Amino acid sequence: MAYPKSYRYTKEHEWIEVKGDLATIGITDHAQHELGDVVFVELPKPGAKIEAGKSFGTVESVKAVSEIYAPASGEVIEINGELQNKPETINNDPHGAAWLIKVRLTNAKGISDLMDAPAYEAYIAEKGKETSA
Amino acid sequence: MVNFGGWDMPVEYPSSGGLIVEHKAVRGSVGVFDVSHMGDIRIRSGKKPGGALAAVQHITMNDASKLAIGQAQYSAMLYPQGTFVDDLIVHRLGEDDYLLVINAGTREKDIYWVRENTKAFDCVVEELSDAYTQLAIQGPRAAEVVQKLTDADLSGVKNYWFTHGTVCALKNTLIARTGYTGEDGFEIYVPSDEPTSEKVWNQVMEAGRGFGIVPCGLGARNTLRLESKMALYGHEISDKINVWEAGLDRYCKLEKGNFIGRGALERAKAAGVTRTLVGLEMIDRGIARDEYSCCNEAGEKIGVVTSGSPSPTLGKNIALVYVPPAYSALGTILYVEIRGQKYKAQVVATPFYKRQKKAAAPRLA
Repeated sequence: MAYPKSYRYTKEHEWIEVKGDLATIGITDHAQHELGDVVFVELPKPGAKIEAGKSFGTVESVKAVSEIYAPASGEVIEINGELQNKPETINNDPHGAAWLIKVRLTNAKGISDLMDAPAYEAYIAEKGKETSA
Repeated sequence: MVNFGGWDMPVEYPSSGGLIVEHKAVRGSVGVFDVSHMGDIRIRSGKKPGGALAAVQHITMNDASKLAIGQAQYSAMLYPQGTFVDDLIVHRLGEDDYLLVINAGTREKDIYWVRENTKAFDCVVEELSDAYTQLAIQGPRAAEVVQKLTDADLSGVKNYWFTHGTVCALKNTLIARTGYTGEDGFEIYVPSDEPTSEKVWNQVMEAGRGFGIVPCGLGARNTLRLESKMALYGHEISDKINVWEAGLDRYCKLEKGNFIGRGALERAKAAGVTRTLVGLEMIDRGIARDEYSCCNEAGEKIGVVTSGSPSPTLGKNIALVYVPPAYSALGTILYVEIRGQKYKAQVVATPFYKRQKKAAAPRLA
């Protein structure tokens, strides 16, 4: 699956798309692959504050629980309620329909330091080599 | 891939479609597991007959004297305290010949334990773990798949019995109607060299093609055994848990005579258990996981989850947990602590899933 050029990516496998002071956040295709069948998603409530680098929710597959870390700081303005009934959307469309939260950024600093798509693809390719070594 | 008792093993096979697909294949049709990590210990009598049986009786809790040649039984090796060294399957291969199939994670400890505790008996202990590739073909259509690969008549092999036959042109192959999924199925033991293992694996896949066979990993193995409430060493059973607590009474035969752990178990039985293994089904939306705390309605911690997972068959979140007997009644409301919050659950009957036993003999292709 292609990694959208307009997104930025974290080492913990979240993506963020920034438009002005608004941002959409999700987990990457690589992350959903590693997790396997997603069966449960826990997200903060609108109005909650998230802080860059801190966990704001969890995604669970049958076999594992995975924390989701905020790529940036901000206030949650909307959550993807569809995921509660259809968590498998995260496996099917992680970069699109399975966005997790929308936030109003309080501090855009640091976002430009996140990986762009080619850098992230190189990062996961390198990780893949490590695990198969 | 994950490290499992020193073995590099797949949690799931992406080519199968993942854990849930694998799980459902086994419940609905057939799946194949590479379980070569399981250990194998053979115990044979020495000069005189009876030595092997006496040794097996001494180190295991079930009554091996009840086994006919060709029969197997679920059993366990115990510490003198009545807690678990490991659980295992004892196969009676011949008059004075037994095969113990043990867990990978406890293999070295088990071998040592068997050797140390059978010294006084006239028997020969041999470790064969590395000699076998073990494949488990499991599911309601497993018999049809395995029958295609062997000249042995499997319709005559009952649950927890085994036979020897030619499988994939390999003579005298052990074919046991055993497994760890709660479904019908077979485990076959073939020479562990790579060309043979690969050939057998490919032939099993080919024979199962029409039944939608898929390779299954450790993930599905865990969810299948959990639904069927089969114990996993280090979780439901360990060196801290005794037989009565684990609810494995029916595999423990105090009346058979002395064996390691028996004295402690008699005392424990008289004293009564302080905790017992129960099944939980989550009521609130949340998934109980291994080692999460379990609380009563007053919020006091009363137990710990030993295994917890979504159940692909039931579509519910289930768990096994040790609680004081006062909380073990069906319908009791308990709470599982998940990331600092309490989620409601209730005690339900186990096993969570039980297969429908077919009255008729399996249909054979």
